[in-house]
Amino acid sequence: MQGLLAVYRKELADHFSSYRFIILFALIAMVGFITSYMAGINLRENLGGMARPKFVFLMLFNLPGALFSLVQFVAFFGPLIGLVLGFDAINRERAQGTLIKLISQPIYRDAVINGKFLAGVTTISIMLLSIVLVISGFGLILLGIVPGMEEIWRLIVYLIISIFYISFWLGVSILFSIVFRSIATSALTSVALWIFLSFFVSMGASVLANSVAPVEDQGKANHEALIRNNHIKESVSLISPMVIYSKASAIIIDPTQNTTKSLILMGPMERLSASRFQNPLSLGQSVFVVFPHLIVLVALCFICFAVSYLVFMTQEIRT
Amino acid sequence: MNQESIIEARGLTKNYGRQTAVNNLSFHVEEGEIFGFLGPNGAGKTTTLLMLLGLSQPSKGDVRVCGLNPVRRSRDIKKLVGYLPENVGFYGDMDAVQSLKYVADLNGINGQGAMDKIHEVLDEVGLSENRTKKVEAYSRGMKQRLGVAEVLLKDPEVMFLDEPTLGLDPDGALRLIDLIQSLNSERKITVLLSSHNLYQVQKVSHRVGIMINGRMVAQGSIDELAREKFGLGDEKYTLEEIYMKYFQEV
Repeated sequence: MQGLLAVYRKELADHFSSYRFIILFALIAMVGFITSYMAGINLRENLGGMARPKFVFLMLFNLPGALFSLVQFVAFFGPLIGLVLGFDAINRERAQGTLIKLISQPIYRDAVINGKFLAGVTTISIMLLSIVLVISGFGLILLGIVPGMEEIWRLIVYLIISIFYISFWLGVSILFSIVFRSIATSALTSVALWIFLSFFVSMGASVLANSVAPVEDQGKANHEALIRNNHIKESVSLISPMVIYSKASAIIIDPTQNTTKSLILMGPMERLSASRFQNPLSLGQSVFVVFPHLIVLVALCFICFAVSYLVFMTQEIRT
Repeated sequence: MNQESIIEARGLTKNYGRQTAVNNLSFHVEEGEIFGFLGPNGAGKTTTLLMLLGLSQPSKGDVRVCGLNPVRRSRDIKKLVGYLPENVGFYGDMDAVQSLKYVADLNGINGQGAMDKIHEVLDEVGLSENRTKKVEAYSRGMKQRLGVAEVLLKDPEVMFLDEPTLGLDPDGALRLIDLIQSLNSERKITVLLSSHNLYQVQKVSHRVGIMINGRMVAQGSIDELAREKFGLGDEKYTLEEIYMKYFQEV
């Protein structure tokens, strides 16, 4: 335990004093400011004199119809935070000859990797929490609205999902830093995996869906082909953690998101009636809907960590 | 097993795939002595040290360090044994005190006691004046002495020093060897000194072991080895002559 704490404290101090942390924090803070400011201005203009819609506070984080929001930004670039914090966790120590010194101290070997992982998770949590708090404060000043209890709970759930999502990528990069001796290789491999899973999987999903269940003409295509096409596309794109995370966070942050919507099945009249009777989901229902997503993210996170653990514990360390 | 030996290895073997790095190695180190561990590069010296610490699992054989089995009690052994690896590394952006503080934390030495201890060991290795300098600005000799300081922090019973004088200038090497000698005589620390610098080993070691191609070809005091190889004689042989003789035979 004492070893774990020592490594944890040292790593945390390293993170907070490192340039990469400052740069990342500045970047995400800037994006947070800009998106929430734009959302706030937009809301103030559009809502002037009108009855306040439900969950207006959450719109600061994800304004429906906005080009870019904090929630989307975290889905796209959040992984980069995890990768940057972890890609050289073990192999830098190996390269500078401190790893052997570390494990020849009277600590368990897993204290090294646990301490590093926990320090990374703490850094990520502090980063996200402070951004969410700053944006909330921003919203209070800009819009003069106070978040309701349910909105606060939703933000907390959102934070938890985001922390697990980014921690998964931290785990990936730590795994690569154990497997690859060279820092450049581990950095490039983790970035490549991130790009592949975040951008290419959804592209590949539509290609695959179109080749397996082709839909020639939207107008007269039969329903079954459409359903199959859509089904394949959705299940393949679920390989990507980004898709899972985006769905989960969108449902949590935007309660009016109609989660059972499959517009493709609805005619224009049905669509109209559906939108007319759209009511926000209750928090419990939202959590219920995203529960599988959350479980998958947590599981991914743990699998990744478990693999790194196994590799690290059985590896022979000489330098 | 011999109760008095602080390190005792019997039939120690380590295979990497089909390659044998350490082959049926048996030796012992007595408490309070400096044991010179000689051998060319790649003879398996470092592998042996790692097995003694429990950082590497032996394929065969039995080891006891301070009466403990490294396969099961690695963590307890690491409390008693300080290991200075070959080419020891440091976090360049820390100064000596910060480096030592981290090692103290890892060893569970906390509070004011830790700071007192840190200044004490810095004095002992002669780095007090440079204690606030960043380690990346240290010379190689200073780094090695800082490495020794880190080892001393835990008050070890045994020190494993892996090629401590490698790449040092003659003056730095001499200071380090003197330091090792004084630690052995004053603090009564048993030292296992791995090196291929025969002159330095001869200067400080009570007994030596010569390891070639994973085998321990000879062990004993320098006089014993000389007698064994050259027969009875009055003339003194240097370790170099003995070593070369063994080396040519293999």
